[in-house]
Amino acid sequence: MRVVLAEDLHLLREGLVHLLRAHGLDVVAAVESGPELLEALVTERPDIAVVDVRLPPTFTDEGLQASLTARKRVPGLPVLVLSQHVEQLYARELLADGSGGIGYLLKDRVFNGEQFIDAVRRVAAGGTAMDPEVIAKLLASNARNEPVGRLTPREREVLELMAEGRSNAAIGQRLYLSESAVGKHTANIFAKLGLVPSDDDNRRVLAVLAFLNEK
Amino acid sequence: MTIRALVRGAALFCVALLGQMVAFVALIGVLASAVLGMVFLFPPVVRLLRRTTRLSRRLSHAWSGVEIDEPYLPEPGPPVPLSDGWYRDGRSLYRTPRIPAFNRRMNWLLKDSATWRDFGFLWADMWAGGLLAGAPAILVALGVFQLAGGNPIGLLWPVLALGAARWYAPWAVHAHGVIARVMLGSTEKARLAQQVSRLARARTDVVDSQAAELRRIERDLHDGAQARLVAVGMTIGAAEELMESDPVAAKALLAKARDASSTALRELRQLVRGIHPPVLAERGLADAIRALALDTPLRTRVTVELPGRLDAPLESAAYFAVSELLTNAVRHSGATEAWIDISSQGTKLRITVTDDGHGGADASHGTGLAGIERRLGAFDGVLALNSPMGGPTTAVIELPRALQTVRGRPPVTWRTVTMGICWSLCWIPIFPQGFVAMILKLVGIEEKSWFLALHLPEPFQWPTIIGMILLGAGMLATAATLSAQQRKDKDLACA
Repeated sequence: MRVVLAEDLHLLREGLVHLLRAHGLDVVAAVESGPELLEALVTERPDIAVVDVRLPPTFTDEGLQASLTARKRVPGLPVLVLSQHVEQLYARELLADGSGGIGYLLKDRVFNGEQFIDAVRRVAAGGTAMDPEVIAKLLASNARNEPVGRLTPREREVLELMAEGRSNAAIGQRLYLSESAVGKHTANIFAKLGLVPSDDDNRRVLAVLAFLNEK
Repeated sequence: MTIRALVRGAALFCVALLGQMVAFVALIGVLASAVLGMVFLFPPVVRLLRRTTRLSRRLSHAWSGVEIDEPYLPEPGPPVPLSDGWYRDGRSLYRTPRIPAFNRRMNWLLKDSATWRDFGFLWADMWAGGLLAGAPAILVALGVFQLAGGNPIGLLWPVLALGAARWYAPWAVHAHGVIARVMLGSTEKARLAQQVSRLARARTDVVDSQAAELRRIERDLHDGAQARLVAVGMTIGAAEELMESDPVAAKALLAKARDASSTALRELRQLVRGIHPPVLAERGLADAIRALALDTPLRTRVTVELPGRLDAPLESAAYFAVSELLTNAVRHSGATEAWIDISSQGTKLRITVTDDGHGGADASHGTGLAGIERRLGAFDGVLALNSPMGGPTTAVIELPRALQTVRGRPPVTWRTVTMGICWSLCWIPIFPQGFVAMILKLVGIEEKSWFLALHLPEPFQWPTIIGMILLGAGMLATAATLSAQQRKDKDLACA
């Protein structure tokens, strides 16, 4: 799998390159600024881009902007955005085109190499990987929302993991449930939220995120 | 309308007459205190002056619609005794506070330029504004006087006065107010002094709250992230020692170290959010407020109309103010919806935060709102809270000079020229052609010199003299009005 990496801190960049290579991923470009990133994304057409939000030269949201521009030119280009902080606003912008292949994680998540690589692979396959903190914020701002309030605590847990972008199998593993039990919970959630159920994991996640983003 | 203006004009003239008398009394008082050393006369004289001018200020507010604020310096406080109970005043020590208090008062009254401007106003009022406002009444009186003396031309003046009163009288009353403002209002110096004291207060507030903020950050770092990093280092050290002998335990310790570093990061993130939110740094006020709106459980609608980005400190103050208002709405108001509107008016930034809660919020309770006001105060910003019982609550934040684009009106040339002519030439009709000619005529001196009125046939002499004085007063009023307008424009351009 071919990866383009954008991170301006030298130490972190080297660490990430090392981590990705150790898991058999091919880092084709490791850049450190917004314009370089856009150039690399458009010419290399990688299977996934791992991008830091804040990059030179402006040190604002250069990485995010470059990713969004690249996705306009190369529709569906999978992008995993890393940041020191997560914002619903940015998550919304990333998900706005509704085509999946989006990841948005805190930088701390790279501490757990296994889970991080899992997220990278999921996004590269067209899925989503949302940071638990984004989902927590989304649910908190939906706290007074009528249908969300009707979910049982267990269903909420399943909803959280589902919104993070995990498959039924992964959710079952996390919550020590059988896959069919998770399937029942998801069916209930979709019924309560008034969404049309779908067998496709990715489409299901996007539907849930779109619902939560409506507020 | 016209009748009312006529009566008011006559009344203003009477007040000016009264002021003239007060001015005479004051002159005697001032001379007595300065030449004969009867200094105890000075404070009551000034009190008399101030009472009389206060009447003029009130009348010009009520009748001319011209508001004049009192320009006096703040009264000095009572003298404070030294530790041994004596009172010090300059190089002298006093046993009782009586003399130092008197000296302070004396100094305060003497050195305030407003005292002398009041004095000057009472001398000038009758000849400038008073005469202008009272002119119709004077003309009528003159006509009656001449008619009584058997002179038929006397009929002309009342007819002229009453005929022109329709447009003249209201204008003259207003002009009187404008002249009074020029002479009785705050001087630039007094306004600056007031502004300096306000700024000094704001600066103290800012310095205090900044110091408190730094202390809080230091404490948070010290007790939080710093302590956790020490723990991480120690745990890694312990794992290093155990690596050979007990790899399983070492692995567990490393996992613990990783968790501790995650916690440290989370705490740092929160701290950073409190200092300067990352979205604000990355996107500016509009998106930061939108991000804030997304994070609250209220259904929030945000409308933004801003031409560009603001200065970072202003953005930050505005952001935290809105954040605090939203937090209050969530916690105390029971609201379900909120509306945030950000817009600019010229260089002014205005933010309105409205919620549909049950209202009853009070700015004097709670430290949150006071904190907002302090923070905004550093930028001359204000917070206006309207929260009736039963709601809704509306908070309006205004920050003047928040936007850089100054859209001041360009200076108008004709105005400057007219103002210059009026200011520099108004004395000619008032004094030589007006009053001096009048005195010469009254005294009966034959010398005609260059006094226009005295060269004319007898029946036209008095009207010409009065007309000259009115012309001069009119020029003075025009100049004063134009200067006031120019100052207002300048203030607008700066604001």
